[in-house]
Amino acid sequence: MNLMESSNKYIITFIIIMTVVAAVSLAGMRELTLSASTKNEEIFSKRSVLLTVNDYLGKGLNVNDLSDDEVLKMFNEQVEQVVLNINGEVVPNLLAEKIDLSVEKKKAEADRLLPLFVFKNEKEKFYILSVRGSGLWDEIWGNIAVKSDLNTIAGVTFDHKGETPGLGAEIKDNPAFPGQFIGKQIFKDGEVAVLVRKGGSQDKTYEVDGISGATITCDGVTEMLQRGIAYYLPYLETIEN
Amino acid sequence: MAEILEKVKIEEKEPFFGPKEKKLLLDPLMDINPITVQILGVCSALAITSLVYPSIVMAISVTLVTAFSNFFTSLVREYIPKQVRMIVQLVIIATLVTIVELGLKALNFPIWKQLSVYIGLIITNCIVMGRLEAYAMANKPWRSFLDGIGNGLGYGAILVIVAIIREILGKGTLFAGSPVEIKIIGNNATYLIDTTTSTMFGWYANNNLMVLPAAALFIIGILIWIHRTINPKLVDIS
Repeated sequence: MNLMESSNKYIITFIIIMTVVAAVSLAGMRELTLSASTKNEEIFSKRSVLLTVNDYLGKGLNVNDLSDDEVLKMFNEQVEQVVLNINGEVVPNLLAEKIDLSVEKKKAEADRLLPLFVFKNEKEKFYILSVRGSGLWDEIWGNIAVKSDLNTIAGVTFDHKGETPGLGAEIKDNPAFPGQFIGKQIFKDGEVAVLVRKGGSQDKTYEVDGISGATITCDGVTEMLQRGIAYYLPYLETIEN
Repeated sequence: MAEILEKVKIEEKEPFFGPKEKKLLLDPLMDINPITVQILGVCSALAITSLVYPSIVMAISVTLVTAFSNFFTSLVREYIPKQVRMIVQLVIIATLVTIVELGLKALNFPIWKQLSVYIGLIITNCIVMGRLEAYAMANKPWRSFLDGIGNGLGYGAILVIVAIIREILGKGTLFAGSPVEIKIIGNNATYLIDTTTSTMFGWYANNNLMVLPAAALFIIGILIWIHRTINPKLVDIS
């Protein structure tokens, strides 16, 4: 029962065996779950793209009630994927869902690619932009659906890597926060004017209320929106003309 | 030490799940509760208890990790070299936590998203390490496993109590984020108590302090106080 002082040889052998056992079991577990979690991740991100145009899916549909297969089907049928470069030109033969903004963020600004999803229903086209920035603890990101007037927000979704549940995580968990953005105008005199205001919005056309206790996350959302949407300006100007 | 050895000899003849095993499971819920008596795992109890649903998932994950790390450590306890004991324990815990995380990612992706950081933080939860050192290193696998389950549940019970108080007072909801979300108190008709029309609760507005980790400290403090008042023998051992 008592632990013995062991020789170095025994310790090293023990550690090597333990490391191999741990490594093999982790690698095995990862192999087992990889396909399921990749599929989950894909459906999750497609769901969050569709959620931005939730009010316009038609026939009283709601993304949260759709099954995984229905989400994939709707995405294939109604969403067109475009990849842009930083000058607003379309890069051919690339799918927007393959663009990872966390990878793009590390590139030089001139080399970055931007994903753009275009959702079509019977009446209208929606341009869904993706943005990424920093919250309090880690990265935050989001999708913004812009109506065909290229100024009014149709809906937004936010997500985060490690914000505090109940505080910063409210940008995603509390539907009322992204809900505030619906109908807000993005541009004022050619610049991105939409923002999150601590202590309550003042100009209702452009501003939404911040979350108390989550000032840094909310400032991160403002910074992310203003910088991220500005990247799409060249493209939005070309389609406007 | 001789006493413990003697005990082990007697225990070998006892049933698979006797009164002693029951005690192992139930004691951590009250008399030796990891949070209110041993004051272990307080850090994560402050951080994640603003909502009930993540607290429950966290409690289940911690219970699984404590139980199985206790079990595996106890299995190899006689072979672990004394000098690297802590490192071995950490590797066992870290491996199990990663397995739990991968499993959760494949089975329930939305919850994994919600809890991601905190799952990783189970590795640093002092309850896990504390039980390995205090119990699993000196006891048999089956008992160690039960001790892990008991302590995980004791931790989880406090977590859920604190989370219920904080979520109702801070957000006016219960189980927010889960399929059974209930709205308790708030300022529109979808809540059970509508503060705009209710004559009794019209004065109430959600308490933002409750959402902050500081509130958890107050609540845990009050729980410890209540616990010690009910059970005075705890006061002496602290």
